[in-house]
Amino acid sequence: MTMNRRGVVMTLFLITVALLPIALVDQPFYIGLFSRAMILSIAAVSLNLLLGYGNMISFGHAVYIGIGAYTVGIFAYYEIYDGFIQWPVGLAISAVVALIFGAISLRTRGVYFIMITLALAQMLYFLGVSIDEYGADDGLVIDVRSEFAGLIDLEEGIAFYYVIFFFLLLTIFIVHRLTNSRFGVVVRGAKSNEVRLRALGFSVYQYKLTAFVIAGVICGLAGLLLGNFTNFVNPDMMHWTRSGELIFMVVLGGLGSLFGPVLGAFVFLLLEEILSDLTIHWQIIFGPFLIAVVLFMRGGIDSLLGKSTDD
Amino acid sequence: MTWALLLEQTLNGFQLGVLLFLLAAGLTLVFGIMDLVNLAHGSLYMAGAFFCATFTDWTDSFIIGVLLGLPATLLLGIAVEMIALRTLYARDHLDQVLATFGIILFFNELARIIWGPEGLVIPLPAWLDGNVEILAGVFYPTFRILIIAVGLSVALGLYVLVARTRIGMLIRAGASDRDMVGALGINVKMLFTLIFGLGAALAGLAGMMAGPIIEVNIGMGEEILILAFVVIVIGGIGSIRGAFVAALLVGLIDTMGRSFLDLLLKMLISGNAAETAAPALSAMLVYVLMVTVLFFRPQGLFAPRGG
Repeated sequence: MTMNRRGVVMTLFLITVALLPIALVDQPFYIGLFSRAMILSIAAVSLNLLLGYGNMISFGHAVYIGIGAYTVGIFAYYEIYDGFIQWPVGLAISAVVALIFGAISLRTRGVYFIMITLALAQMLYFLGVSIDEYGADDGLVIDVRSEFAGLIDLEEGIAFYYVIFFFLLLTIFIVHRLTNSRFGVVVRGAKSNEVRLRALGFSVYQYKLTAFVIAGVICGLAGLLLGNFTNFVNPDMMHWTRSGELIFMVVLGGLGSLFGPVLGAFVFLLLEEILSDLTIHWQIIFGPFLIAVVLFMRGGIDSLLGKSTDD
Repeated sequence: MTWALLLEQTLNGFQLGVLLFLLAAGLTLVFGIMDLVNLAHGSLYMAGAFFCATFTDWTDSFIIGVLLGLPATLLLGIAVEMIALRTLYARDHLDQVLATFGIILFFNELARIIWGPEGLVIPLPAWLDGNVEILAGVFYPTFRILIIAVGLSVALGLYVLVARTRIGMLIRAGASDRDMVGALGINVKMLFTLIFGLGAALAGLAGMMAGPIIEVNIGMGEEILILAFVVIVIGGIGSIRGAFVAALLVGLIDTMGRSFLDLLLKMLISGNAAETAAPALSAMLVYVLMVTVLFFRPQGLFAPRGG
């Protein structure tokens, strides 16, 4: 791959993120902001697998963030802090839920798919709200972060920062490999012409379902990180407006581009930070901005970096 | 006494059902005819409730509040359609979902600026605030009966409008082939604006009916919007008849689940386990219904042909 403009921007961006804790040693605020942005980047990259590559408009992706975070929260509630137990369980539950939700929603298409993913996610949101044992509306406080047998200490802000950074790189790498594999070509092919692919003998449903589960598991990982990061989990993390924000990050960054969702998530969080400093009524600016992006900025931030190389 | 409770909860279920129908009717019309996914429909529901609260406050009359609130929501709907949504018809669903999501954020914040973060209460006139004896010894709130009556009359009115009038003919024609209607010389743009305004007014009416029961607050539209989605998915997107049947079904099942599921569960499992499981299960009941319906009929109960 030659270094085009996109490659340069991407490399510079990653170097900046990698060096940030060194440049801003005494600025926990920015370390926190960037940690959060990276976690949401992971979620957005996973959602892009569905939205951008598979043309599956899943409107319930935040559910897997909730599952990951609740796994950490519920284990911590029973004073089980071992990450080697928490994390595999969290990822496994994400996979199972994604398998069930995917199997149901992929039977339908178009606007039905949007509404069903939305409704299924909302079902888990209400489940969270109605279980008093785990704090109902208020959620759970995670007093101790996941422990990894002394290998790494997540209570240490900088160490946690690099753990998140590592998982972000891993996610980008996995999605890059996936979309360029035979599997990825089939999923992307289903986006442009599903009938033809079926005629070629591919079981498109199974490919899409697999993509749905992979995206769910990666987003579940983001949830495990987020629960640990915020020391807190509540049903609001699964609310459908959270899923809407994730979709916006993907579209803002660039649908179907590998790195776009990361930029989208960063710009989203920075903008939220700047605007909410400006006025408490920042959403009155943010809403129209969102509409303007949809109407006038097709291809998102990624399209500013020149012609896409993915297609 | 249990029979009285059962009757009361059935009526509550109907009341929720007709409210859902008022919302779902507009949603399903807009989708069926303009192929537009409108998340901001809940904002119009909220707007209706706030308008009604303000007008009721100014005039000291709930009825005048509703009569002024309806055209206000209608105009707001028309304005939203002409400014923002019109450009979205040609876009794909993802763009529509996002842009209307932006509209929600805008309206929520606007409402917060105009009416403040606190909720508002819509006071009812004395003659609506009491109870009626519907059977010997069984009382039921007058206002809830009014809601059911209003909802059923609107349903009837919509049926007549769609099935018996020229506008209705255009609506049905628009649903099955938009381009053809345009080619025949009908002003499709105006038809769309009109239908959107009608849907907005219905959503506003639902907000005004719900306002005196629940508090009028920011975000009230988001919660009920998802239920309205469930309703139109079950009923078959684009079908008003489907929306009506599904709305009553969802209203009844949701209400019944919340009031009787724990009793039902207690017959099967221990009382303690039932107390914990019942709220969780009843919160999920309508979604389970949706999944079941879709499993057997992916296009909903009354999928319109050609849609």
